[in-house]
Amino acid sequence: MRRPPAQLALALLAALAACDGAREPPAAAGPAIRVEDAWARPVPHAAAHGAAYLVVHNAGAAADRLLAAESEAAVAAELHRSRVEDGVWRMRPLEGGIEVPAGGSLALRPGDYHVMLVGLRRALAPGERFELVLHFERAGRLPVEVQVEER
Amino acid sequence: MPRNPLLIAVLVFLAFATAGVFSLRARHAPPPELHGTLLEPPLPVRDFALSGGGAAPVRLQDFRGRLVVLFFGYTACPDVCPLTMQRLASAVEQLGERAAEVQVVLISVDPGRDEPARVHDYATRFHPGFVGVTGSDEEIRAVATAYGIFYERSAGSAASGYLVDHSASVLVLDREGRLRLIVPSDVGADELAADLRYLLGR
Repeated sequence: MRRPPAQLALALLAALAACDGAREPPAAAGPAIRVEDAWARPVPHAAAHGAAYLVVHNAGAAADRLLAAESEAAVAAELHRSRVEDGVWRMRPLEGGIEVPAGGSLALRPGDYHVMLVGLRRALAPGERFELVLHFERAGRLPVEVQVEER
Repeated sequence: MPRNPLLIAVLVFLAFATAGVFSLRARHAPPPELHGTLLEPPLPVRDFALSGGGAAPVRLQDFRGRLVVLFFGYTACPDVCPLTMQRLASAVEQLGERAAEVQVVLISVDPGRDEPARVHDYATRFHPGFVGVTGSDEEIRAVATAYGIFYERSAGSAASGYLVDHSASVLVLDREGRLRLIVPSDVGADELAADLRYLLGR
């Protein structure tokens, strides 16, 4: 009882470590969420908007949810979906995020789900890369490198 | 073999009539490979005078003698507008030398935020020959209505400001400035190029 704060801290750390250990998938399986093919169209001017596209794979046994995104390249990075309804393009922000099914994948691609890069802080030139941070309900924070290229 | 002269006459008549019908069909039916919806006869549409990259207004009649491909979009549209503009650029590039006979025009459905120079600059990003134009709210509304194009604002975030919903179709006008083909958004660049080649060939 002479040094209760230190003991408490140690106990908390041990508890946290145990929690972390319990939450992590088996080492051989690797992380459940994997992102590949992240790219964005070139945008020649700052202050304009852009869009980023990517594919999320979920190797886990539980569904996850892409909740939000952020990037140093833009004022805001919003999850949107474009859809054609009765011959009209409608683009809507997705407030509740997007599900990534267990053992499945989620494709963000032109004319469908995408990350809208609102208010680019700089132009995006072909060949450049920038960081996009994705936030998942279960997997948490996941930074990815986005390749700027014409497609 | 029929011996009856009347029967022979009827058979001969039917043979000619059938051939006549088929040749008429062949002349008037759209080719099976057309992907957009052909307007037959072409629909006359009103001209417009909108602002683009230069000082002079841009009018539909400026492009008389060329096919005009019209798309209604806006520069703050990050996903479907670049997708469509890229599709148009790819289709036009596939026409080779005949690309000079096709003029792509982007008309802004966001006249509140799209300055003329901004729209024109945006359009030329996708192809140096493209033209981008805008105008007052009233002018844009009148042109869109006349061309059967829908658009309306929808709520965005604090960061993005409002978004604009707009018709997904691309319109193709013939060399006389009459509406000739309506091309839905799911028609790819190769298919659109084939349709343009068909219209150029007439």
